[in-house]
Amino acid sequence: MLAPTATPQGSLEVACGDQGELILSFRGVLKATTIHEIWLQARHELGRRSLSQGVVVNAAEVVYCDSAGLGLFLDLAEVQRKSGGAFRIDGLAPRFQGLFHQLEGRRGSQPLVQRAPYRSLPGLVGTSVVHLWQDGVALVAFIGELSSAMTWALFHPRKLRWRDVWLTCEHVGANALPIVGLISFLIGLIIAFQAAIPLGQFGAQNFVADLVAVSLVRELGPLMTAIILAGRSGAAFAAELGTMKVNEEVDALSTMGLPPVRFLVVARVSAAVAMMPFLTMFSMVFGLIGGGVVYLSLGFSYVLYCHQVVAALELNDLLGGLFKAATFGLLVATVGCFRGLQTELGASAVGRSTTRAVVTGITLIVVTDGLFSVIFFLLGI
Amino acid sequence: MNGDEASLIEVANLSVAYGDHTVFRNVSFSVKRGEVFVILGGSGCGKSTLLKHMIGLRQPAEGTIAIEGEEIVHGNPARRSRILRRIGVMYQSGALFGSMNLLENVSLPLEEFTQLHAEGIERIARMKLEWVGLDSFADYMPSEISGGMQKRAAIARAMALDPSILFLDEPSAGLDPITSAELDVLIRNLSRNLGITFVVVTHELPSIYAIADRVIMLDKERKGIIATGDPRILRDRHEEPSVRRFFNREAA
Repeated sequence: MLAPTATPQGSLEVACGDQGELILSFRGVLKATTIHEIWLQARHELGRRSLSQGVVVNAAEVVYCDSAGLGLFLDLAEVQRKSGGAFRIDGLAPRFQGLFHQLEGRRGSQPLVQRAPYRSLPGLVGTSVVHLWQDGVALVAFIGELSSAMTWALFHPRKLRWRDVWLTCEHVGANALPIVGLISFLIGLIIAFQAAIPLGQFGAQNFVADLVAVSLVRELGPLMTAIILAGRSGAAFAAELGTMKVNEEVDALSTMGLPPVRFLVVARVSAAVAMMPFLTMFSMVFGLIGGGVVYLSLGFSYVLYCHQVVAALELNDLLGGLFKAATFGLLVATVGCFRGLQTELGASAVGRSTTRAVVTGITLIVVTDGLFSVIFFLLGI
Repeated sequence: MNGDEASLIEVANLSVAYGDHTVFRNVSFSVKRGEVFVILGGSGCGKSTLLKHMIGLRQPAEGTIAIEGEEIVHGNPARRSRILRRIGVMYQSGALFGSMNLLENVSLPLEEFTQLHAEGIERIARMKLEWVGLDSFADYMPSEISGGMQKRAAIARAMALDPSILFLDEPSAGLDPITSAELDVLIRNLSRNLGITFVVVTHELPSIYAIADRVIMLDKERKGIIATGDPRILRDRHEEPSVRRFFNREAA
């Protein structure tokens, strides 16, 4: 006879019967919150036995048993069945027998398609490539749909939902001013500060102004603003449209005969394209102010800063920058809406779409920026 | 706890209002241990609202609710949460966690509130899925199965910790008659075999006759309970014509 193990509410006593069978006597309360120790102990005792010995569970002194107790008994029965030994439960009070009845006569549903438990590496690679290809095809189709909807809107301006356009303009443009201003100011400050030291070694510190002006207007203004747009509005578009998709609102639009792209995407894309140049100009101004702060602290005058900035820039630089900005706005808004409408079902799907909208948006911005650099260089702008 | 006859849930003088709009006032009733108790009424009469108050999700304007003698509206928060752990709730939409498969959904309460080993948790969770006939769907995501299956899985999750009371919000809404009847059989079996007390919100007549031991009927105009008792008796003998109309499915 082995020593009994006491837990706060249930206990297990292990003994050997006359024919060498293992007798597990459970006592007290068997419920999910307190059963863990005796469960492990019972499994341990079973594991120590040789295969063919029978097991008898004595449940006569169980005062309470819920499905955790049932789980324990079924678990022990399963272990015994695998090792080929006999198993019996004695003395379980009738009021707990109902637990067993719950499993009788049930008719489980079977999935129609058995899923493959394991996919090979080549299979996974192949699936990913196919998905990537399909994603590209879908994006091209979406761009086509968007172009046709945009053209339609151009010829039917009265049918465009202007209220949505103005609201989106406010969200995309006006509400973004504080963050765009702050980040651009700091970027201007940082560029000027980092440039001041190496340029100072050549005694060329007054060219800090040229550097700040050219890099901000041609490159960093549009780029930073577009990245902020992708994080703020691209994500918001994807989340909005994604939630609408999950709630079947997009399907409802289609069945009413309203193409979702015309109804939902056109307003957002036009607002983003319209607002981006203004946001970018705002960003350039604040960047130049940031650079100016450093420039003045180097001991130069305000007048000299303005003179250097004006001399360094041409009108083409500004126009090129604003054109880039509008293009980035188009990309970010299109990709945000595209990912939103691609959303599958479930709450986590919206999160996935939002992430993909931002990642795809920023990737496209940087790639397009590289293309623009080459084109502008070849055109001599 | 004093015997089987004692009431398990006591709702006294409950009034609920949103702003100036009173949903119902002075609602009192009790639910007995082991019975299937159905709250019914037309759309917008506050059935789901009443249920949300009974499980402590909303604060009522007035009144008290006690589960197993423990006041859950104004009571001690620690004791209240211990009571709430002993109840299971199935929400109207199922509210399964979309990022987890069915087995993980059912395992979650067991992982959080017990110290069972992983194997034991899986054993119990699979058993609960087996009770609702979904054991072969254990590794499916909620979005991959039908609405009826989602509701059954939600019942399995609500039963994870062997609650003594199960609250079901419109379990058969939107289901086909066969699935809905299967759900009724499941509720009856759970009630008979495990002695679980059910509080069910529904307005599906066949379900009401199949499962209800007792019903209360709420009314939008009168802002309160207009009938209590066995649904068959209410259908045939209630003096209020609107109650008889409801049970006989007649237009007003």
